[in-house]
Amino acid sequence: MAIEWYVVLSALLFATGAMGILIRRSPVVILLCLELMLNAGNLALIAFSRMVGNQEGQVFALVVMVIAACEVVVGLGLIVAIFRRRLPLDVDELRELRG
Amino acid sequence: MVSVLFFAGALGALGGAVGVIAMRNPLYSVLALIVHLFSLAVLFLLLSAAFLAAAQVVVYAGAVMVLYVFVVAYVGGDQESAWEPIPGQRLLAPLLGIALFVELAIAVLGSSLLALGTEGPDVNPGFGDPAAIGTLLLERFLVAFEASSILLLLAAVGAVVLAGRRREVTR
Repeated sequence: MAIEWYVVLSALLFATGAMGILIRRSPVVILLCLELMLNAGNLALIAFSRMVGNQEGQVFALVVMVIAACEVVVGLGLIVAIFRRRLPLDVDELRELRG
Repeated sequence: MVSVLFFAGALGALGGAVGVIAMRNPLYSVLALIVHLFSLAVLFLLLSAAFLAAAQVVVYAGAVMVLYVFVVAYVGGDQESAWEPIPGQRLLAPLLGIALFVELAIAVLGSSLLALGTEGPDVNPGFGDPAAIGTLLLERFLVAFEASSILLLLAAVGAVVLAGRRREVTR
């Protein structure tokens, strides 16, 4: 398969993730949509690394995976902390930090 | 054969992604994301990134998703109310998503990268295997490797601080 198929698929997945962030209001699902967007970026990185023919893009993708894992850990920790304080798990009602 | 695998993987990835945003119950969204991650691992294999495909399945679909399932089970899978804070949000968001996709597709296909129409250069069989990635990580990208290990440690400590049981605070 030509490389552009992978890149267009990655653009489609990224747009899907962004759409999910706009539509959904549960923080857990918003984190899942962030995962979708990071994975779309990974797919593009790996496709381009195949296109250039060296493996450095794959190392970048590996670092993106590490960042995604950190983001998940901190995000889920925040969600658990919010739940413990009996606050509603809805990003529209959690607006105390809003300027 | 390759194109059949590609379209199977692409359909799985896209279906999983749509499932994540369409399911009402967060637990089903997590399960849809697992389908998405497995399909992406197939695509990574097609792009001869064997080590990353394995890492995707083991780290993402294995470890991270288990974390998600536990948290969803802990906070409970509440259904979202149909209330829209911004009128027409559910109508506007897909339009904006489609606009983003069209924009990205124009940017990619119009970028006049000469190799876009090809499958990339021929690579030797060791391309993207653990030995090659490990050599790159420990030689050329050693600083990034160490920085990401420190970042992981910080995230673990942060999660314990955030979600750990608090002593009774006097208010």
